Amino acid sequence: MTIYIDNKPYEVKPGKNLLEACLELGLNLPYFCWHPALGSVGACRQCAVKVFKDEDDKTGRLVMGCMEPVRDNLRLSIEDPGAKTFRDQVIGWLMTNHPHDCAVCDEGGSCHLQDMTVMTGHTYRNYRFSKRTFENQDLGPFISHEMNRCIQCYRCVRFYKDYAGGKDLNVFAAHNHVYFGRCENGTLESEFSGNLAEVCPTGVFTDKTLHSHYTRKWDMTWAPSVCQGCSLGCNTSAGERYGSLRQITNRYNGEVNGYFLCDRGRFGYEFVNSDQRILQAAIRPHYNGTTNKDHILEQVAQKVKNGRTIGIGSPRASLESNYALKLLVGEDNFYLGMSDTDHDHTSLALKILRDGPARTPSMQEAAKADVVFILGEDLTNTAPMLALAVRQAAQHKPESDAMGDIHVAAWQDAAVREAVQDKHGPVYIFHTVPTKLDELAEDIHRGAPEQLARLGFAIAQMLGADIVPVTGLSQEDAALAEKIAAALMTAEHPLIISGYGSGCDHMMKAAANIAWALQQKGRNPMLSLTLPEVNSMGLEILGGHRLDTALDVLRQGDADTVIVLENDLYRRADPHIIDEIFLHAQDVILIDHLYNRTAEKATVLLPAGTFAEADGTVVNNEGRAQRFYQVFVPKGDMQESWRWCLQIAEKAGITALQGLRNLDDIDLALTNGMPSLEPLQQLAPHAGFRINGQRIPREPHRYSGRTAILANENVSEPKPAEDVDTPLSFTMEGYRGEPPSPLIPFFWSPGWNSVQSVNKYQQEIGGHLHGGDPGIRLLEPHLNGGPHYFHEAPDTFVPIPGHVHIMPLYHIYGSEELSMYTPGIAQQAGEFCCLYLNPEDLAQWNIAPGNWVTIDLDHHACRLVATPNHWMPRGLGAVSAGMPHSPVVDLPVCVKLQA
Amino acid sequence: MFSLLRSMWLVFLHTFHKRETYQYPEEKAPLPARWRGRIALTRDPDGGERCVGCYLCAAACPVDCISLQATEAPDGRRYPSFFRINFSRCIFCGFCEEACPTYAIQLLPDFEMAEYDRQNLVYEKEDLLINSQGKYPGYNYYRVAGMAIEGKDKGEAQHEEPPVNIKSLLP
Amino acid sequence: MEAHYWWVIGGVLFTLLNTAAGLIWLERRMLALWQDRYGPNRAGPFGILIVLADTLKLFFKEDWIPPFADKVVFVFAPAVVVASVLMAFAVVPFGPNIVVADMNIGILFFLAMSSLGVYSIVLGGWASNNKYALLGAMRGASQMISYEVFMGLALMGTVVLSGTFNLGKIVEAQRGMWYIFPQLLGFLIFFIAGIAETHRLPFDIPEAESELVAGFHSEYSGMKFGMFFIGEYLGITLISSMIVTLYFGGWLGPAFLPGVIWFILKTFVFISVFILLRASMPRPRYDQLMEYGWKVLFPLSLLNLLGTAAIKLLIDK
Repeated sequence: MTIYIDNKPYEVKPGKNLLEACLELGLNLPYFCWHPALGSVGACRQCAVKVFKDEDDKTGRLVMGCMEPVRDNLRLSIEDPGAKTFRDQVIGWLMTNHPHDCAVCDEGGSCHLQDMTVMTGHTYRNYRFSKRTFENQDLGPFISHEMNRCIQCYRCVRFYKDYAGGKDLNVFAAHNHVYFGRCENGTLESEFSGNLAEVCPTGVFTDKTLHSHYTRKWDMTWAPSVCQGCSLGCNTSAGERYGSLRQITNRYNGEVNGYFLCDRGRFGYEFVNSDQRILQAAIRPHYNGTTNKDHILEQVAQKVKNGRTIGIGSPRASLESNYALKLLVGEDNFYLGMSDTDHDHTSLALKILRDGPARTPSMQEAAKADVVFILGEDLTNTAPMLALAVRQAAQHKPESDAMGDIHVAAWQDAAVREAVQDKHGPVYIFHTVPTKLDELAEDIHRGAPEQLARLGFAIAQMLGADIVPVTGLSQEDAALAEKIAAALMTAEHPLIISGYGSGCDHMMKAAANIAWALQQKGRNPMLSLTLPEVNSMGLEILGGHRLDTALDVLRQGDADTVIVLENDLYRRADPHIIDEIFLHAQDVILIDHLYNRTAEKATVLLPAGTFAEADGTVVNNEGRAQRFYQVFVPKGDMQESWRWCLQIAEKAGITALQGLRNLDDIDLALTNGMPSLEPLQQLAPHAGFRINGQRIPREPHRYSGRTAILANENVSEPKPAEDVDTPLSFTMEGYRGEPPSPLIPFFWSPGWNSVQSVNKYQQEIGGHLHGGDPGIRLLEPHLNGGPHYFHEAPDTFVPIPGHVHIMPLYHIYGSEELSMYTPGIAQQAGEFCCLYLNPEDLAQWNIAPGNWVTIDLDHHACRLVATPNHWMPRGLGAVSAGMPHSPVVDLPVCVKLQA
Repeated sequence: MFSLLRSMWLVFLHTFHKRETYQYPEEKAPLPARWRGRIALTRDPDGGERCVGCYLCAAACPVDCISLQATEAPDGRRYPSFFRINFSRCIFCGFCEEACPTYAIQLLPDFEMAEYDRQNLVYEKEDLLINSQGKYPGYNYYRVAGMAIEGKDKGEAQHEEPPVNIKSLLP
Repeated sequence: MEAHYWWVIGGVLFTLLNTAAGLIWLERRMLALWQDRYGPNRAGPFGILIVLADTLKLFFKEDWIPPFADKVVFVFAPAVVVASVLMAFAVVPFGPNIVVADMNIGILFFLAMSSLGVYSIVLGGWASNNKYALLGAMRGASQMISYEVFMGLALMGTVVLSGTFNLGKIVEAQRGMWYIFPQLLGFLIFFIAGIAETHRLPFDIPEAESELVAGFHSEYSGMKFGMFFIGEYLGITLISSMIVTLYFGGWLGPAFLPGVIWFILKTFVFISVFILLRASMPRPRYDQLMEYGWKVLFPLSLLNLLGTAAIKLLIDK
């Protein structure tokens, strides 16, 4: 439909409000309380425009742009003097209490309030009287609080409570005293609290980790990156200054993470700056004390050439690095650096998604589901952003009902919420222990993972899957299964979620059966499977041998040199197994970035770049390949792991890697070697890509201090580093317009310094980025032929006398290796030496709660603190997975209890 | 034509004018107080560093010769943990002084900074920080800003009301 | 050749090159004088050693030939200007018997040599392979060729009066009256054309640093630039000495000083006028310069020649 803005006709999509329409057209209209993901409430009165009756109407009336839907032939004016004055005065009132703080405010330079103040032209505070002040609260290690700066837009609570389901942030007091905070000091409980820093239009909530090494947005060197915290692969922008990573911000991707990130992803970056980083290449025992890189490469090449070498890849290394290692050691000598359970889960997930007919959704598609069935997964802890998507999906049905009843648009947030109240769409959760999403669930079912999977199989069977019938269900269970099956059948977009979270692969099988059965019934199911790590899927697609076979090969003396790629083997199998690997291997060459237990024992250390110092590609749980880009050039010998492999190969004369020099070369080799990865060639522009002959600058045009940063070392400035791998430049020189979507280092637009400038990069507000969202899906459902159902449901879980079956419990803070180097995350990580057991089990085995118990793990004794947990069925135990120094690594496992 | 000859004549007459040159270094030129010379970091009336590390000077600098890192002291005051000016690049434009919201960075009437070694023109914070308030005596940024620091709690700055008691029900 | 000639040649060369170098100092001092400054006054007495310092500096400057330049021509061009101007000095009578080549076509030789000077500008600008240099060279070529025409025509007045092309004889012919009086118009035209010929301010259009960086010698540095520099000062000296020779009686003067000294004094007066012009005149636009030349000076010089010839015929009859 056509609307007229300042007498110029524009084509807009129906169903939008005027503010959205104006922003979509690239016009500047200030706003505060509206947020593309949160909708409109019309509270701040900032987006006022004049709307006219018809062509002859010269008076018009002021309306709030965010509250007025577009109509055909609507005439409005942004530039109308009345509207402009109104907006100027509104911001004047908002600023009466805003402190004189910009110089000491972390938001300054990326502040929506600053931008909007400049946009409206309010330059001088006319209000002569005193400013209101507030006391601040300590909100924990992630978020700083400075209430004086508040302009009462309510965005924080609308995001925190309404959108992310937080409970502990609220609005207090009244009239001009309203206060946004907790009822007392304390860490924010929500896993999405970091988004407050981006949602808040000014500096009330700011990033505390950034504060500890504060740098303005304009002073950072940015690069498009991908979060390394879990398998979802949220898009981030990573910023560097003075050689350390300073901040992770959200990089909008209309299909993956949208506007938000979880706290693990946002704050878990500090391992890059860790003092545990390996900075120089080294050989043990130290060879003449030299750390000369060429010499060490020579030595390593000799070892690789003379020895019988095997390589161990890593799910936290890029596709390129794993593939380079695979070619370096030869396909037959490449082992997947995942624990065997992870490998089983990932290969199963790959099989389900690649060979089955059900489609796996992107996260934004998942958020549009109308029925959600979560099978054995604590999403908040294993895939936090997917949990946020489920929260939106749970709102979906009551919202559309309400919109039907009261005839409002979806963006009329207050009205919709008023109508919805606390209704939820149907969400069903099967998990052994309570999860944060339980509050949304219509039905919750607890029990041992096998029991839950059995019920899942039963549902699949009820939906018509051709499998062995599940017997022995209680009447209640059968009724529940019927109910869920019926709900799934009536849904338009049912979403079934499962994954690695309960350590039981039958969960995934059951989920697959359900999805496939729905597909056979002509429904349109979505099947989402969580995976353990950022590139688990990519590594599995590359393929390789199981980790435990590596030990066999070493034991038999068929290999004597091991190259370990970005992997702490002690997290992949129980310590005694890894110890044996080191025992049998003559040389362990470790290419990694952190000095961990594996590094302590390696004979050669080669410093690898983290995601911030390397280019690479990772594949998320959806099978979406995404490129992350090097942010800065580190000091020392650090370089991409694949580059180490290429250099070793060159010195050792390995023909498979001959002639490969840069990222494009290795990607070409990768797609030639693995035809299924062919789409990777279209993933992002190649290194030779230029716009008007220019690279894309990583640094904003206001980047400061170029001639002073290194002046203390030498007053003559060095030549800036050149990027041979990508079209990005490490300087502020280059093309200043909008880059192609995979190459957006940071969001900025003239007059829009804050992250809100993302509006200018989207095809429509909240939609895809210009030119399509970055990333390419490698897995599409296999629609020909019927599904190959998993026929056998697992046996009923029966406790084995004297034994306990230990399942893993994942935690958003603690279970992931790298994020634990962030002090704030380590501080929030739970107890890691606990064995959760049913209190009755404890009583039966005469273990006092809190006492150490010894378990027999493969004939190795290890000790854990027994903790009662009444959610554990008899005979089942649970251990927090992935915690540092946890004695039990490969979960689930059945162990004997020693008295 | 006549005007050309006239101007030649007038220029020629300058032969007999007094010279304007100061015979530096024997004779020093009088420098006005706003003369843009040596850059210094000043202190506030309490003796604390005025610089709060806001990076505006660095951003304003057209030759990008200012580099610093902001950090926070235990008392809540922000300060630069290092502050470096590469005077071999500085053009003494004074934009940094204009940009400074706390009157910390000031250009002083002194230009005798020549060095034989360029490296000596790199000034660190120790070289820049002076024990004076410079051209703006009496200004104390934290008395105007809303942030609380040790010795100045919320509501104690100029034109501030005491902190709101959010539990109060009074209108 | 006789030893006498070697002394003359050596003496003239020595004096000229030193004069040209000394002009660096003189010009800076005089400009300073008219701008109420001191100018270079530190190195040596009255700062005269600034010449030495400047020369040394020029010698030690990086002698850079741009990679995009036509190297042979680029090196050759600055030599042309110095050589041609020095050649022109061969016919200038410094004193009663002090002249390198006492040619009977002296004036024509002078005109020929100063025409050659344009090659250095054109070649230098072209060889630099730089748009500003080329623009400067184009302007220089058209300016110099145009002004040469009425420069030559203006001189013809004195030739008509004296009946000879030999400069020595022209000087002798002024024993009764300096030609400045009968040839005032010719003198003015010659003077203006001379400024244009040496592309000095206000006619430094080939250089025009406010528009063309440094015009035809933008790409030149070190001693090659120095050659252009010296060539320019030599040009000033040449034009000044020609003015003196042709219009102000050359070496003639009261007998208490030798002729050479009179010649040098008179020459320096005109050199100073050149500098005064630089100190006081704005630069005209390029089109103004050409218009002025062709529409004003050219007809005037023709008139001058006609008038002089007519009067000469009348008187002779």
